[in-house]
Amino acid sequence: MTSRLRAYSMLIALLAIWAYFAWRTSGLFLNPVNLANLLKQMSVTGVLAVGMLFVIVARQIDLSVGSLVGLAGGIAAMTQGWGLLPSLLAAIAIGIVAGALQGVLIAYLNIPSFIVTLGGLLTWRGVILYLSKGETVPVRLPVFRMLGVALMTRGTGIVLAAIAIAALVWLTLRRNHARRRHGLPVSGTAARIVVPSLLIALFIYVMNKQGGVPLPVIVLLVVAIAGSVLTQQTTFGRYLYAIGSNPDAARLSGIDARRHILLAFALLGGLVGIASLLHTGRVGSASPDAGTLMELDAIAACVIGGTSLMGGRGKVSSALLGALVMASLDNGMSLLSVENATQYIIKGMVLVAAVGFDMAGRRQ
Amino acid sequence: MPLIALRAISKRFPGVLALDRVSLDVDAGEIHALVGENGAGKSTLMNVLGGVHPDGTFDGEIVVDGTPRRFHNVRASENAGIAVVHQELSLIPELSIAENIFLGREPRRFGLIDTEQIYSRAQRVLDDLQLTLESHTPVQFLGIGQQHLVEIAKALVREARILVLDEPTAALTDAEGEHLFRILRRLRDGGAAIVYISHKLGEVFSLADRITVLRDGRAVSTDATSALDPQTVIARMVGREVAEIFPASQRTPGDVVFEARNVTVEDPNVRGKLLVDDVGFSVRRGEVVGVAGLVGAGRSELMMALFGAHPGRKRGEFLVDGVCVAIGSPSDAIAAGIGFVTEDRKRFGLMLDQTVVTNLTLAALKRMSGEEEIAAAERSVGELRIKTSSVFTIAGTLSGGNQQKVVLAKWLLTNPKVLLLDEPTRGIDVGAKQEIYAQIARLASEGLAIVLVSSELPEVLGLSDRVLVLHEGRLTGEFARGDASAEAVMACATGAAR
Repeated sequence: MTSRLRAYSMLIALLAIWAYFAWRTSGLFLNPVNLANLLKQMSVTGVLAVGMLFVIVARQIDLSVGSLVGLAGGIAAMTQGWGLLPSLLAAIAIGIVAGALQGVLIAYLNIPSFIVTLGGLLTWRGVILYLSKGETVPVRLPVFRMLGVALMTRGTGIVLAAIAIAALVWLTLRRNHARRRHGLPVSGTAARIVVPSLLIALFIYVMNKQGGVPLPVIVLLVVAIAGSVLTQQTTFGRYLYAIGSNPDAARLSGIDARRHILLAFALLGGLVGIASLLHTGRVGSASPDAGTLMELDAIAACVIGGTSLMGGRGKVSSALLGALVMASLDNGMSLLSVENATQYIIKGMVLVAAVGFDMAGRRQ
Repeated sequence: MPLIALRAISKRFPGVLALDRVSLDVDAGEIHALVGENGAGKSTLMNVLGGVHPDGTFDGEIVVDGTPRRFHNVRASENAGIAVVHQELSLIPELSIAENIFLGREPRRFGLIDTEQIYSRAQRVLDDLQLTLESHTPVQFLGIGQQHLVEIAKALVREARILVLDEPTAALTDAEGEHLFRILRRLRDGGAAIVYISHKLGEVFSLADRITVLRDGRAVSTDATSALDPQTVIARMVGREVAEIFPASQRTPGDVVFEARNVTVEDPNVRGKLLVDDVGFSVRRGEVVGVAGLVGAGRSELMMALFGAHPGRKRGEFLVDGVCVAIGSPSDAIAAGIGFVTEDRKRFGLMLDQTVVTNLTLAALKRMSGEEEIAAAERSVGELRIKTSSVFTIAGTLSGGNQQKVVLAKWLLTNPKVLLLDEPTRGIDVGAKQEIYAQIARLASEGLAIVLVSSELPEVLGLSDRVLVLHEGRLTGEFARGDASAEAVMACATGAAR
């Protein structure tokens, strides 16, 4: 119950922020073109936040994410000569390998994740500076470029929406069927279908008004759904929560904590690879300092979404809401031409205040 | 043929032989009690059985149903039908009851967790155990006793035929304990083999079919319960006849040192719920006042409030030597001459990874210079006969009894007028308990005023000059030493008499 209340209070805060910006920009903020922009900006942070959630839920942290975005994006840009697919896979592979390497050091050699990934933050940045000789590499392959900026055609958007709604109906009916089979009460079927369907339709409508759904947003949605299923409906996700919440209890329940922590870091690495492709594609080039401070955005998104750094608590959907809050502040304040200095101060205060409210709410 | 047999199990830790060729048979349809002082090797034996100490780290053989088995991890032991309910709960607070019950054993459909099956099967197990719990409830909202019963449910879902319970009633109320016993008897009658580890001989005698006594890592004896009596078992546990456990009191209390009036404490989480409701009492110089009551009666909350450490809102007046003092925080309390030996020494009492000296002088540091610190610590170690190789030993490496003495000594260094003791002998062995009892008697005879909270009624009755009884936050009885019988105190504690 309390977690649901929390989710709603987050949503209300987000709507308040949107209302404020809409008012101050005379509606410009809610213009479909701007909303699409906002979501494109958010997609990189969002993918990183989903990965970061796995790690934080298991009571770990990863500070190397920003540098790894720089490294993976740089590698992808430099390997464009091998063709599109090898270059994209190279970025994801380097992310998985780097993540797994850090995971091994953390899980099997018992070096605290803060230290290992602080080392990673320096090391990966050094590696890309060395490999690129400090130079920015432009993106030449058109499809790579499109990853960060392309819009889906309107028709594709509608088809995707139809598929999503159909899947929603099917899943809800299957759930009801399973609940009946196990003698559990079934209720709220209509609300479970209608509300999300309307949101999907509204989303596609707004995006289509400005030309179509941006491809990176689709990537983010796919990552988010996969991450949500992974955390809520697989043993892997369940065990990450258990490990983060009470490591001893997890061990006594027969859970191999080391393997799961290693996997969480490898998974985050893979998502860093994907995020680096979106980022590089959007910017149009891979500069050696790309991704700087992105780890902090990802951590902030998780934390604003109610994820506990003590482990065991946090959800993909809430982390994305957190990312959306941060992206909305960025976007809205830029529209209002708020000075850079002020932007930093406001974002810092929002981060601390969000957690402060969370803690106060928990004490009640 | 026994359902499970341990054959000559030996387990060595650095410097200690924790188990020395221990053999144990448990039959199907038997409750087999394992008793012994702390450090006798009960937990080690259980960890061997549960796969926590993997095969190869100990000598000897585990035979299940006539087949020798090797457990390389917890899961291997579970697969052999063994479920261990540890004293420290292995539940995940954020997960629901059902998710906890199936943790590590999730049924899956198409690779995903079959949520519906988890909830319906968990609910069936809960109903089967006659627990009025919802399988959706997160475990963190359950009382500690209910959490223990969820642990049992977790074992049942694993279809364990061999159930090992370590001190399961330590945190249960009497009613919950009775419920647990009914469940255990039913499981036994259904053919399960149950290993029951407990300090409480009363329940061991009412529950067990056979009793094995462990002492210093050896199995001293195994006998049918009907052939034993508690005195014999205690004698075997400690390896000596227990003469008089509680030192006789020849104290004459002096003037009133501390008085609390109309103390009321509100639950910090539930507005308006009173944990302590209008309680008042006083303590004299050289007097031990015992506070009895069941779990949840508000004893610890009262102590926390007297010490200014309770997070909930509170009202009440406090007088030290007849002068009204405001106690809003522990530092106020210490300044007023109150010391507080807390209930959970590992959580509230000690910094386990710090040295003995750091721990000893923590509360009194402001009054000492650098050289005094070491000297005072060494004096304390000598005075309380704390067994430690030096004052620079890490506190967490001491035995439970010696850790408890460190906490006691820490508060004595603050030169208190009043000492509050909350469960001062919880989780320490019989020998160490007696030493703590002797220290309490000595301190009182030296003029210290002591308030003693304990769940063990004999302890309260044996040590106190006066006994107060709490029931649901209210003071329901007060007895002088001579008048306090176990029956009369229990009547007040259960609310049966007012």
